[in-house]
Amino acid sequence: MATANHGVFSPPPPCDIGLENLTQFPEGRRVWTCIQCGTCASTCPYGELMQYPPRRIIGMLRAGELEKVFTSDSLLNCVACYACTAKCPRGIDLTGVLLPLVKEQVLQHLPQMPAELQKALENKLRYGNPMGESPRRRAAWVKTAGVPIRILSEDSRPADALWFVECYFSYYPRGQQCARATAKIFNALRLDFAILGNEEKCAGECGRLSWERGLYSTLMEYNMLVLNKYRFNRIITSCPHAYDAFRYRYTALGFDYVITHTTPFLAQRLNDLKPLLKRQADCRVTYHDSCCLGRHSSIYEEPRQLLQAIPGVKLVEMTHNRVNTICCGGGGGGMWLDTYYKAKGNERLSERRVKEAVATGADVLAVACPYEISRFEDALKVLGYEKKMIVRDIVELLAEAMEV
Amino acid sequence: MAGNIWVLAEQWRGQLSDITYEVLALGKEVAAALQSNLQAVLLGHDVRSLAQSLGAANPVLYVDHEALANPVPEIFAQALAYAIRAKSPEVVLIPLTNVSWEVGSLVAAKLEVGYINSAKDVRLVDGKLQVRSLLYGGKMETIVAPAQSPAIVGILPGVRPADLGRAEASPLVEELTVDLPATSAVHLKRYLEPEAGDIDIGKQDVLVSVGRGIQNRDNVAVAEELAEALGGAVCGSRPVIDQGWLPLSRQVGKSGAVVKPKLYVAAGISGAPEHVEGMKNSELIIAVNSDPQAPIFNVAHYGITADVMNVLPALADAVHRRKKEVTAHAA
Amino acid sequence: MKIIVLLKMVPDVVEELEVGADGKALDTEFLRMIANELDNHAVEEALLLKERYSGTVTVVALDAPEVDDALFTALAKGADRALKVADGDGTLGTMAGAYRLVQALATVPGLLPADLILTGAQAIDDLDGMTAPLLAHYLQLPQLGIVTQVNVDAASGIATVLREFPGGVRGEYEIKLPAVLGIQAAEKPPRYVPVSKVRAAMKSQAIESVSLPTAADGGAGFSPVEEMIKPEVSEHAQMLEGSPEEIADQICEVLAGHGLL
Repeated sequence: MATANHGVFSPPPPCDIGLENLTQFPEGRRVWTCIQCGTCASTCPYGELMQYPPRRIIGMLRAGELEKVFTSDSLLNCVACYACTAKCPRGIDLTGVLLPLVKEQVLQHLPQMPAELQKALENKLRYGNPMGESPRRRAAWVKTAGVPIRILSEDSRPADALWFVECYFSYYPRGQQCARATAKIFNALRLDFAILGNEEKCAGECGRLSWERGLYSTLMEYNMLVLNKYRFNRIITSCPHAYDAFRYRYTALGFDYVITHTTPFLAQRLNDLKPLLKRQADCRVTYHDSCCLGRHSSIYEEPRQLLQAIPGVKLVEMTHNRVNTICCGGGGGGMWLDTYYKAKGNERLSERRVKEAVATGADVLAVACPYEISRFEDALKVLGYEKKMIVRDIVELLAEAMEV
Repeated sequence: MAGNIWVLAEQWRGQLSDITYEVLALGKEVAAALQSNLQAVLLGHDVRSLAQSLGAANPVLYVDHEALANPVPEIFAQALAYAIRAKSPEVVLIPLTNVSWEVGSLVAAKLEVGYINSAKDVRLVDGKLQVRSLLYGGKMETIVAPAQSPAIVGILPGVRPADLGRAEASPLVEELTVDLPATSAVHLKRYLEPEAGDIDIGKQDVLVSVGRGIQNRDNVAVAEELAEALGGAVCGSRPVIDQGWLPLSRQVGKSGAVVKPKLYVAAGISGAPEHVEGMKNSELIIAVNSDPQAPIFNVAHYGITADVMNVLPALADAVHRRKKEVTAHAA
Repeated sequence: MKIIVLLKMVPDVVEELEVGADGKALDTEFLRMIANELDNHAVEEALLLKERYSGTVTVVALDAPEVDDALFTALAKGADRALKVADGDGTLGTMAGAYRLVQALATVPGLLPADLILTGAQAIDDLDGMTAPLLAHYLQLPQLGIVTQVNVDAASGIATVLREFPGGVRGEYEIKLPAVLGIQAAEKPPRYVPVSKVRAAMKSQAIESVSLPTAADGGAGFSPVEEMIKPEVSEHAQMLEGSPEEIADQICEVLAGHGLL
């Protein structure tokens, strides 16, 4: 396949692009070059469940019948995994440009929004996190980190790195374990880092890709104001979705900081890291490529380099790896639509993926995205595999090996 | 000697509700503290016989009127206000349930005096009457001193044990005639009975109750697992029923059922008064809530501050294991 | 059909509540206000009735922190007008607040008489009264609270409503309009409104201000709060600690001790 969009940097879609003015922008005009090959639909993990997969959406657009898509719940099945975008032979940015615009309309036409998704969006707007937790508790985990963590609102001296922790690592106990691991690794590497603490709010990417442009803009404007208060050389984030947002969307508001995710950042420090990896792991590990880091940004080898640096780790690959990875189902609002999918009898993507992971015979499913931890642990339990396989974020495996 | 202490006896569909006795028990204490008399006010139509059960009061003021045959809050408030003007009690205690919900506010407004809502206690402190009320879903308590006479107070269920408000003796009954309009702008047409559920939660020994904190419909299954392991059933607080995660027959609280099981596990329930009134008399209450400030911990015997979805499965497992051990021993 | 909805801002309990320095009210430093949950249901019910019977919905609130957000959200959801009433010194209780709202409604040309006046059946800060019955009293209108369904027969001017009773029983009532209803639950959950719509409403629509002479207060009987206390949670429950497995074991011990296991 020649010109598939293999995670090439996609320039950010202009803020004022809309369905009514698509042809005024190059990425909009590209939508009209669709050859209706259907690769998008067949590569989409939920393609066979959609009444309107991307191909048909473009067909309806051309036929002037896009309204029919707005009143269908077909797009609720889109998990914004970039699979269609990665494989489209015309290089149409479906996930970044077309689908969010159509989803926005679906949102407005839905007679009843699924309750959990509604709550998550309302919580994000009001509290800066989908859980509905108080923003004043966002940095509460810091006390349990075991290493000093500087909070910029308390000590605003410049830092080398601003660590953008994100919601799941801040509020969820399982995520906090990963946050602690990350802090310990940063500390061991003598990284000069600081966090925003309670000033941090969700980067809002899931708003962009899950229907809610207004929510996204609100969070983006807020975060830009907060970031502009402090001085740092780079932003490191634990969340691939936040990475996606900062790298591709925030540029529209003038974001020009160096942005990286923990995984490629640590991979660059492998020389410093390797001598610290003391404990023998002796396990087989399979790595799940996350959609945002992997397909969208082509970060495939760095996580594997980190895993292979851990003594005793034997890396095995799932059938669908790298650009072919199967989404865990958390993106595009999917994190809050599981009950909705279940009611429709859809197989959960996380279960589909976990079956593949278990089939490799690995003991550990390594991940690099906060959504994946709870989704895959849930799936293992549902399928009865909790004794066969554990889920670990890469930072947890590294911290264990470092014995910090 | 202070004026009388009044309790509005709550009768609904021909029966006196339990809360009537709970408030009478409180009224007894207040009357004793103020060295005054406890009296009850019974409003209705053709319900004089109910007055016999109000022996703690002396006397029972009975107002009979056709307009009081069905619960129309503003008519009941009109009748009560009339009685208050006629007899000038010092304190009027009004039960706070769905039956008498608005009566306190309406009576106070009609008499142009203050009303104190949501009271969990009324006491005499340093010679002054003090009302302790719950606010913000139970997260704060306020102490309020009634500013006028009569003091109109809305009393939450569970303020005292109902038994302390019952008495063997038959009270004197004094009939009071009240002028009420023959017709009203509000009229009850009929009652809609709840659909019979598969299970009567009022009869269960063990209830695992879920609230907003379980986050989505799927997690009800985890509660069901635990309930099954313990030989009980699942019920829930209002938000869970409103979302359709459980049927109405499983609702516990102000608009639902009042239950008194041997074990009540409250999972992800904050413990607002509207729910607590439905389960406070459970023999053993174990509450799990990720919020350490959740008011449910004020009524629970054991509390766990943790993610409900971590504790419930672990508990279901542990219970299963114990049961296996027990049967293994027995074998 | 003309519908008015009264909306009240109450403390947001997601934030931890603390008692303020004077020991009688909440500490306001980190306090956030949010629209009373049941008032959101009242707004939803009003919009559903507007969709069903056509008419106008006017949302009215006393001035309070974050009230503009709540009013613009209501406009974005489909309300036709939003009014904000100057609160005076911001310490009005429910009774005085209801009285003030009634005074305000009377001064706005064309607002009264309305067919239906809706508000939430209760609020978490209802210490000295409940808004619905108080509004009804001051407006001299019939009222019914704890309502979960409303149907209107315009020809006869009668609304048929369902009111909740204990034990899952519901009472079907007929009430002559105009009337005040205390809404316990709208017939559908309060709808979601996209943030972009709220922002659009902020640009294209306005909240009308209503001011009243500060001195005017009714609700004669506000009893002063002597003290506000944050209950010690450990007052009652014995707290169990540990990992979920450890906690599960401890609970099993307790259950065994009670003969439940």
